[in-house]
Amino acid sequence: MSISLKNRSLISISDYSPEEICHVLDIAEDFEKNPHQNLLNGRIIASLFFEPSTRTRLSFETAIQLLGGNVIGFSSTAGTSIQKGESLADTITMVASYADLIVMRNPIEGSARFASEVSKVPVINAGDGANQHPTQCMLDLYSIRKTQGTLENLEITLVGDLKYGRTVHSLVEAMCNFNAKFNLVSPVELKLPSVVKQHIKDRNLEYHQYTELEDAIPHSDIIYMTRIQRERFPDPEEYEKVKNSYVLRNYMLDASKPNCRVLHPLPRVNEIHVDVDANPKAYYFQQAQNGVYARQALIASILGLK
Amino acid sequence: MEKRKELVVSAIENGTVIDHIPADKVFQVVKILGLEKVSNPVYFGTNVESKKYGKKGFIKVSDKYFAPEDVNKIALVAPTASIIEIKEFEVINKQTVTIPDRIEHIVKCFNPNCVTNKEHDVPTKFTVIKDEQGNIKLHCHYCEKNTTQDKLEFI
Repeated sequence: MSISLKNRSLISISDYSPEEICHVLDIAEDFEKNPHQNLLNGRIIASLFFEPSTRTRLSFETAIQLLGGNVIGFSSTAGTSIQKGESLADTITMVASYADLIVMRNPIEGSARFASEVSKVPVINAGDGANQHPTQCMLDLYSIRKTQGTLENLEITLVGDLKYGRTVHSLVEAMCNFNAKFNLVSPVELKLPSVVKQHIKDRNLEYHQYTELEDAIPHSDIIYMTRIQRERFPDPEEYEKVKNSYVLRNYMLDASKPNCRVLHPLPRVNEIHVDVDANPKAYYFQQAQNGVYARQALIASILGLK
Repeated sequence: MEKRKELVVSAIENGTVIDHIPADKVFQVVKILGLEKVSNPVYFGTNVESKKYGKKGFIKVSDKYFAPEDVNKIALVAPTASIIEIKEFEVINKQTVTIPDRIEHIVKCFNPNCVTNKEHDVPTKFTVIKDEQGNIKLHCHYCEKNTTQDKLEFI
């Protein structure tokens, strides 16, 4: 049976089945081999960024240009009608009449789902506050599959802020479809929320909690590092207590498996020491580059061009 | 001499009696069912003695019958309530409420950063999740956060 994602908005990674996710990854693989494909042929994609973003916005816009499309939109709400009090529904309805597809980042949680209900063209969620960031998840999955040759039966070590990190939550949810084993490494204050842990339990998958990163390294296929986000802590003292909890150093990877790769959604602060960057197991910059191929694949699939 | 049992409020000829409402939830049930806006006669009582519950509340609405999906909304605050339909002073149907699978419009999402709280005119939509202990959580269709029973706030 052929898979079609035509006109299917992507708001949360669970909107797509494991088969549909793999279909997108196959298309991304094709774009990696041949990124310049004039599939959009002048079609217009709206890129609506209600809050600042570096990687996500630039990689979406790069993906659109590589596909021969045009971008309209904004990278902050300054100078738009939103500052005059225009509702999200009105903004989306108007933009949907100009563009073939809407890519939206908005700090309000649930705004992307709502936009997809209002819009007559499909919507890709480029991050809605602390809720979902499914295209990041897609590029994480692409990076995992590319470095490991499969998504099945892998041991994934998640490190740092497992409580607030939305990329961690989506990745756990997605990897539960592929019989993963999870190692959870975090300070007590930043443990994985029980609602996310429930996904692992529902599938009867194995997980272990660690407080020391070095204990999890030797058996990991993927080490997924995350930044501890200062803005999540109402009390600066609490942040100071945990900010340096986990710092990955190059020597620590001596104990890792040959196939092990280090991922990070970026930006990093100090949780991966720069001495890791030259290690062939450091994969975070290629991971960011993979974001372009994953987003090309999503745009082309949702517009029914692949 | 046997004490004569008297009705606190006279019986209704036709309509619905909602009985066994927790005593402190009567006004919330009135609000959920929108009874403050109807023109039918509505009688209610609270802190009435009940053998089963100690104190209870009740509501009687003349000449009105409710669709199950409407009346089941009150299960969020009054899971013990029973719905009794009356025709010509006779009970024609009696049942307890069951918690519906979906709740729309009547409850606020607890997340202040949810689109339903930030934008005007975005009605709330929840899927009802019941755990093994019978506790209820409302999973927001938009922000995907769970509102627990202790944080329930009606719109």
